[in-house]
Amino acid sequence: MLYIFCPTCQRDCDETELSCGGQAHLIRRDHASSDKDFYKYLYERKNDKGIIFERWRHVYGCGKWFHTARCTITNQVFGSYSAKEVQPPKSILATIRRYRVDFKGWGK
Amino acid sequence: MKRYSFSSIFTEAFRDNLGWEKAWAKSLPKKEYDVIIVGGGGHGLATAYYLAKNFKVMDIAVIEKGWIGGGNTGRNTTIIRSNYLQESSIGIYEKSRFLYETLSQDLNYNIMFSPRGVLMLCQTEHELRAMKRTSHANRINGVDTKMVTPEEVKEIVPIINIDGPRFPILGALWQPRGGTARHDAVAWAYARKCSDYGIDIIEQCEVIGVKKKREKIVGVETTKGHIKAKKVCFVAAGHSSVLADLAGFRLPIESVALQALVSEPIKPIIDCVVMANTVHGYLSQSDKGELVIGGGADGYNNYSQRGSFLHIEETVRALVETFPVISRLRQLRQWGGIVDMTGDRSPIISKTPVDGLYINCGWGTGGFKAIPGSGWATAEMIYNEKPGKLASPFSIDRFLEGRLIDESAAAAVAH
Repeated sequence: MLYIFCPTCQRDCDETELSCGGQAHLIRRDHASSDKDFYKYLYERKNDKGIIFERWRHVYGCGKWFHTARCTITNQVFGSYSAKEVQPPKSILATIRRYRVDFKGWGK
Repeated sequence: MKRYSFSSIFTEAFRDNLGWEKAWAKSLPKKEYDVIIVGGGGHGLATAYYLAKNFKVMDIAVIEKGWIGGGNTGRNTTIIRSNYLQESSIGIYEKSRFLYETLSQDLNYNIMFSPRGVLMLCQTEHELRAMKRTSHANRINGVDTKMVTPEEVKEIVPIINIDGPRFPILGALWQPRGGTARHDAVAWAYARKCSDYGIDIIEQCEVIGVKKKREKIVGVETTKGHIKAKKVCFVAAGHSSVLADLAGFRLPIESVALQALVSEPIKPIIDCVVMANTVHGYLSQSDKGELVIGGGADGYNNYSQRGSFLHIEETVRALVETFPVISRLRQLRQWGGIVDMTGDRSPIISKTPVDGLYINCGWGTGGFKAIPGSGWATAEMIYNEKPGKLASPFSIDRFLEGRLIDESAAAAVAH
């Protein structure tokens, strides 16, 4: 069971209260974009073995979306941050670096 | 290779079983091969086998990171069926089921294929309608399935509770020719036959790099050194994205953990496979007597090969309602495997942006049943350098073109 912090409710939530929304910080595409771009937006998700940034929604709680950093091998959760952020805040990156020397940085 | 037969068992019985050979030879990589298959699970080994058997390509290496059959081939719930909705899926899964029927004879290895019948329950009106549609699609495409009534369900599976209370059984889709097989034996049988053909099976050898020259594949970098190859095929299920990353492209795939569990062994109580989509669980009984139970996939990407307790609870809770008799059984063990999910829940058998590099992945939660057919179609694609009739609908381009093969409703349980 994952325990993930909801930044809106300011408390840890069980995985069963939440729903995962996949890769975070995607560039949204609309109908005016090219087929290739739209395909990338819809299907070509990052599927990294290691540290990822993803969206979660507190469905059985406040209902709000937020972002989380997690490792897909160990399932360690490094922290959550607001859905309004367009990239992971420095504090989250620092937490990851503290635990993981192999972390190359966001977007790498 | 010594044939397995009644007389070989008889002879060995009289000399303390000292004459059995190793099923397959452990090899070290040569400098160069015509074809390298990355991934020594069922699909990879079947691809190598059909390349050798159907197309006489013998200079092949199968590279495996761990051990043969240690990935999803040894982690599934061994169900074989072909009752899919779309024409192209039916094509490849039915081919596969058909090959399974004679696979033991073909490979001279008892894979214990048991066509005991697969029953897919309908527990809501919507599911009943969807299954009726599937049964019509099956009939049009020549797959032997039919709808059965709740009374017939009770006759096929006496231990089932058809009256609910939450989800009474309204009918079921019955495929009498579906069933189960011994999953490890499928991998071992292919490995043994490949080894007999002179194909190198290289275990404990992980691919750590891909060598390209002007967007054409020239070889792979492994933990056992550099190996040159004219053609390479990735057949790595949950880790396909990791390999694609090394080759410099991305796949429309997300990896999640799917888990299963078995109960303690008991006397035979169920002689077919039952799938209950609405309540999210499926069940069959192994020859050892354990109930083999599968459930839902984790709701988030991960490579942990573990699974979580909450899914065990969810699955077992649902099945106890449908099969009250199992309520006091204990769980013997539980495990997880990493499955590669595509957007439309159909596989990818395709060329890639890199010339000479092929890929077979995306089987998601239902790869075991497809092993022979998938190997057959992938071998055809590698030899002809273009996908054949079975494989062509499953190219990566289909996502770009919007030509999806929607099978999200055909999975044993919704994932």
